[in-house]
Amino acid sequence: MHNPQLNDRGELTHLLSTEGLPRAILTQILDTAESFMEVSAREVKKVPLLRGKSVFNLFFENSTRTRTTFEIAAKRLSADVINLDIGRSSTAKGETLLDTIDNLCAMHANLFVVRHASSGAPYLIAEHLRRIGRDDIHVVNAGDGRHAHPTQGLLDMYTIRHYKKDFSNLRVAIVGDILHSRVARSDIHALTTLGVPEVRAIGPETLLPKHLDKLGVHVFHDMEAGLKDCDVVIMLRLQNERMNGALLPSAGEYFRHYGLTPQKLALAKPDAIVMHPGPMNRGVEIHSAVADGPQAVILPQVTFGIAVRMAVMSIVAGN
Amino acid sequence: MNILIENGRVIDPGQAVDREATSLFVVAGRIAAIGEAPAGFVADEVIDAAGCVVCPGLIDLGARLNSIEAELAAAVAGGVTSVVVPPDADPPLDEPELADRLVHRGREIGKARVLPLGALTLGLQGERLSELAGLKKAGCVAFSQAKVPVVDTEALLRALEYAASFAFPVFLHPQNHWLSRNGIAHDGEVAARLGLAGIPVAAETIAIATIVQLVRDTGCRVHLTRLSSAAGVALAKAAMAEGLPLSFDVGVHHLLLTENDIGFFNTHARFQPPLRTQADRAALSAAAAEGFAAICSDHTPVGADDKLVPFGEAKPGATGLEVLLPLTLKWAEQAGISLSAALARITSAPAAILGLAGGSLAIGAAADICIFDPAAEWQLTPEALKSRGKNSPWLGCRMSGKVRRTLVGGRIVY
Repeated sequence: MHNPQLNDRGELTHLLSTEGLPRAILTQILDTAESFMEVSAREVKKVPLLRGKSVFNLFFENSTRTRTTFEIAAKRLSADVINLDIGRSSTAKGETLLDTIDNLCAMHANLFVVRHASSGAPYLIAEHLRRIGRDDIHVVNAGDGRHAHPTQGLLDMYTIRHYKKDFSNLRVAIVGDILHSRVARSDIHALTTLGVPEVRAIGPETLLPKHLDKLGVHVFHDMEAGLKDCDVVIMLRLQNERMNGALLPSAGEYFRHYGLTPQKLALAKPDAIVMHPGPMNRGVEIHSAVADGPQAVILPQVTFGIAVRMAVMSIVAGN
Repeated sequence: MNILIENGRVIDPGQAVDREATSLFVVAGRIAAIGEAPAGFVADEVIDAAGCVVCPGLIDLGARLNSIEAELAAAVAGGVTSVVVPPDADPPLDEPELADRLVHRGREIGKARVLPLGALTLGLQGERLSELAGLKKAGCVAFSQAKVPVVDTEALLRALEYAASFAFPVFLHPQNHWLSRNGIAHDGEVAARLGLAGIPVAAETIAIATIVQLVRDTGCRVHLTRLSSAAGVALAKAAMAEGLPLSFDVGVHHLLLTENDIGFFNTHARFQPPLRTQADRAALSAAAAEGFAAICSDHTPVGADDKLVPFGEAKPGATGLEVLLPLTLKWAEQAGISLSAALARITSAPAAILGLAGGSLAIGAAADICIFDPAAEWQLTPEALKSRGKNSPWLGCRMSGKVRRTLVGGRIVY
């Protein structure tokens, strides 16, 4: 099947998902991000790679934090950044998604960073650009529905590589609401592609998609068993609306069984790192003593995220 | 008018007729003879069917006629001579006057026969019964909820009891409301990968189990529409083996496609019920091959704008009337079914479900005839379709089997 993320030469032209990307491209992104880490430490935090290019942040769903990190990354690449809060403008007036895209193409956009509540929306945009012959415009998925959040997945990989050096001997656990998590899906595909031998998913059956095992994941309902001897623990955010209802009885019961406490973390390897895509619910999925503890690498994740997004934007716009 | 159709391969699955290079004689709108000319027959018109199959006109158990003229023209272009129309039109077909108008409009257009299904409940709300006897009198051939589940099981029980009192057949699409209301795709590997909300097989099996029990209790004749799963097929077959007055059909797309055809969010592969696994597809195919299930197009014209949206926002369904025959032929070839057995699934089988005399080339039957070239290839493009619905997962693909002529009641309508 035609891979919509790659151009005819097999290079990355859109970043839509970590699924289906060759290991070499994932590694290229991580290596490029590493070279950008130094830029953020400079007094003048800029490189001219995207000078004169226009990056449109199209957030059909609000997310100040993600949008900000993309904005910073684009500005450090010297791009012009236009933030569009579409949720409140055009679509509210009945304009279709692709009409909005056509309009922005006419404004000479070079790169769209897209956040959308529906799984697959960035694919629709990429396919549309191909159909109208605009292969000079690139799409970076900043989170679509439950499907994918590839830059978050990649920054998680960057973080793991930074602390653990090698993927080939790791045991990684992803804990929580995997069913609704685009981060979890992007992490799973990236981890398996990069050669992590054991990826575990931990959560109650109500928060796990069916057939998760087909994605190469070992499923655990018992958090103690799942955390045993892990090198990396990735905690997921539990959305407020899922805490009380048919999926879970209460935030309290969830925390008792699936919240990461120092006692539970002690079951993982002593040098295990703890990650979280943010924003955290302290006392729901993670205990403050862990979130603020020596094994947490949650804030470095945010820093790495800027470099990873710089890498992704410079690579797709450069291809 | 006397019509001679000569040199064709005449196949009538209902009568186990399959004769090469045979003549078929139509007199006054009816089949007069096959093989030897009736005494004194003089043809007003001769159709040379050399290289073609001459079979009963197709009977489609489910096709939406959003723009009735275009869709009825599409029907006869696809060899379909009778179209069963579900009641989920706007407004829903819940009043005798609406059914009457639809039937008359169909006659005026004079292409395929229109066989409406009346709404079982007012507005398809699943609460209050429609005037079933009045709808029947206005021309409805059966009653249905289209694809809207009856949430209230007591309302469903009463509806089946009432329909049984008049011996009216009821078409039901087995789909549990609670398990399907938020779903987008089969609750399987593809939905897990793509992050699409799932519709479990239990949505279908629970509904079938409920319906089967109510059929057992009421004796109402029920036809289950568009089964999608192996487990659903097993339940329906078991109920039929028990001798219950039950039948079922499958949409032709579900015989050929699976959840994997969604690929990267291809909205043309969004169906209701959803495409399921390879094992489910195989079970549906076996049910059709063994003669348990009829095949229908489930023709659902959807405007381009309603497919050029993210997968979960796209309207489900595909255009079907003009691909029912070629896709059935494709399925037959893949499944190793004879041409005659395949044609039975779209002619005599649906006629039997409807309790109609059609779907046959019996002497004296209305001359509803489809003449097609099984070897002719054509490419499915929007321009190739008469239907307003250009939505198809097969766009750009080669189709084998082209309708050359269609007769309804002895009139050449295509």
